[in-house]
Amino acid sequence: MANLINTQGPVQDTELKSVTLEQWQEEKDALTGQSLELTVSSEQTADLFGEDADNFARISIDFPKFADGRGYSAARLLREKYGYKAELRAVGDVLIDQVFFMKRCGFDTYALREDQIVEDAIAAFSTFTNPYQNDVNDQRPLFRRRLS
Amino acid sequence: MYVYDQYDQQLLNERVAQFKGQMERYLDGKISEEEFLPLRLQNGIYVQRYAPMLRVAVPYGALNSAQVRKLAYVARTYDKGYAHISTRQNVQFNWPELEQCPQILADLAEVQMHAVQTSGNCIRNTTTDEYAGVIAEEIVDPRPYCEIIRQWSTFHPEFAFLPRKFKIAVNAVPGQDRAAITMHDIGINIVKNDAGEIGYRVLVGGGLGRTPILGEEICAFLPEEDLLTYLDATIRVYNQFGRRDNKYKARIKILVKALGIDRMRELVDAEFNRLKDGEGKLTQAELERVKQHFVDPAYKTLTDATAELEVARNENKAFSRWMERNVRSHKKPGYAVVTLTLKQIGTPPGDITAEQLDQVADLADEYSFGELRSTHNQNLVLADVEQTDLFGLWQKLKDLGMATPTLGLLTDMICCPGGDFCALANAKSIPVAEAIQARFEDLDYLWDLGEIDLNISGCMNACGHHHVGNIGVLGVDKKGEEFYQVSLGGNSGGNDADGSSLGKILGPSFAREAMPDVIAKILDFYVDQRNDGESFLEVYRRVGHTPFKEAVYGKPD
Repeated sequence: MANLINTQGPVQDTELKSVTLEQWQEEKDALTGQSLELTVSSEQTADLFGEDADNFARISIDFPKFADGRGYSAARLLREKYGYKAELRAVGDVLIDQVFFMKRCGFDTYALREDQIVEDAIAAFSTFTNPYQNDVNDQRPLFRRRLS
Repeated sequence: MYVYDQYDQQLLNERVAQFKGQMERYLDGKISEEEFLPLRLQNGIYVQRYAPMLRVAVPYGALNSAQVRKLAYVARTYDKGYAHISTRQNVQFNWPELEQCPQILADLAEVQMHAVQTSGNCIRNTTTDEYAGVIAEEIVDPRPYCEIIRQWSTFHPEFAFLPRKFKIAVNAVPGQDRAAITMHDIGINIVKNDAGEIGYRVLVGGGLGRTPILGEEICAFLPEEDLLTYLDATIRVYNQFGRRDNKYKARIKILVKALGIDRMRELVDAEFNRLKDGEGKLTQAELERVKQHFVDPAYKTLTDATAELEVARNENKAFSRWMERNVRSHKKPGYAVVTLTLKQIGTPPGDITAEQLDQVADLADEYSFGELRSTHNQNLVLADVEQTDLFGLWQKLKDLGMATPTLGLLTDMICCPGGDFCALANAKSIPVAEAIQARFEDLDYLWDLGEIDLNISGCMNACGHHHVGNIGVLGVDKKGEEFYQVSLGGNSGGNDADGSSLGKILGPSFAREAMPDVIAKILDFYVDQRNDGESFLEVYRRVGHTPFKEAVYGKPD
């Protein structure tokens, strides 16, 4: 079992009815109004489900391999283009050395792969103090934050 | 050059600490080999044939003397006493111990150097003209834009795991392509519009490797402040839609070909239009802040030392030759731009010893405001030399073996490390370069041939840019034996912005021993065919491929 964390430490999972994008698209009318988790694969780009994002209490984006970086763009687009506000979870091959990037792209919970050391992952959330780019948590790049 | 402030230094120090921790976890067995791979790659560490190779970033080729001395220290302390200048203007060490790499990176961080993103499927070191800032022809100094791109791309949260590596180059000289921008994932040409405003003509989808393709125009004029948001939009499209099922089809060039440039532009524009007026837009204040790091050094008010140099040149033919080939004009009267060639016979192209590095650092302090540049042709440049110092500098460079007057000539080859070091290579490239250098060492002959780009790659990954050599040599493996395929007619742009072309394969490959003879046949045919002053490339384009082929292989019966 994966270890579920946020930037502060381990968190309890909340039970939600989970649907795939295909199920949602087929049964949209019946499912609307329920408390739902949408699970998407890395091939499913944000434009396929972004407009519907507000129907979900949680969206879980799968990283089939840690080196598959599509989920970062999906997360940013959900947050920045489609205005998704509810929980965004990274699932799959979620490793210590990627959680800092995931946080910056808008994820807020992380289903850490079970062999990963939770304390090291929590520490990795503060790898860099002042990154150069803007991100989901701060729309200002460093050049708008720099005090000179 | 750009000097780090507390933010830049803090980021770099945090990077050193991060990698130290990653290495410790790896050595403790807490990170698997497969998962450590991209972590070490994004810190410039490859595992090579005999030892790890550490590739240190030299952003757009800019170095100061303190950094060069530190490179000498690293070469001496952790390596076998030498370093190698790569075709991305970076510096490579071939013999460090894996366990020592975190300490090397800590040492380098003391002089604001690092190995960030010099490998891996991420945004790599941005390259530009090695003469940036000192030649009169450029629209504007491209280095501040490169630095802005460097900062934006460093630890970019969304683009650390792209489908494949991603390379950006910037040119700022109208009518020329001084950074081979057509061969990059994104090529940026800094231009001025009719209103005199600075902006960018953007190319996308160029690249060498297995499928060489020249980039296509995706944007004719992008305003100056839109640089980063446009890059964000373009790479976001690539990150989502680039192929990940086959690493040989994963570069953005394959996506651009599959979608077509017009569809690619639509996707990028849709994303860009949403981003362009957001907080990610560059500010004039930031442009100004970074440009302040690249203002002119304290040039003296001088006049050109034409008469004095003329006398020295008349008295000394060797000096005169060096002046003609390796020294070029500077935007300021009384100054000159000097290239130090790292192509002496008996040394692999681009290699430099620790002692030479120390001495070159001293020369930079003495003659050129303490700064140096590395070039994609694997040479070094002192960009701000007073003309009255040229003769003295030449004498010192001769003693160092860096005054070979062959810049741009046949023996100023580009060559990858090849099968002597690289685990990917199919064949050795350095011995081929050495054999050609030895065969064609006669300066009068080299001068008579004129400018020829000869580029050698040890495999189809094309680190030696063989596709764009006027003569390209590619190492291939045939049933476990090393052979060499020759192509002709490639060109990386240079003085002609629209002159880029990819070489065409001449025919069946050759054994290594045959290579000097093959090159000789090609050159003899060129000399035989040329009219007054025609370059190799001009003759090739005029007479065509087949006559050259017949000159080498004989006419078919």
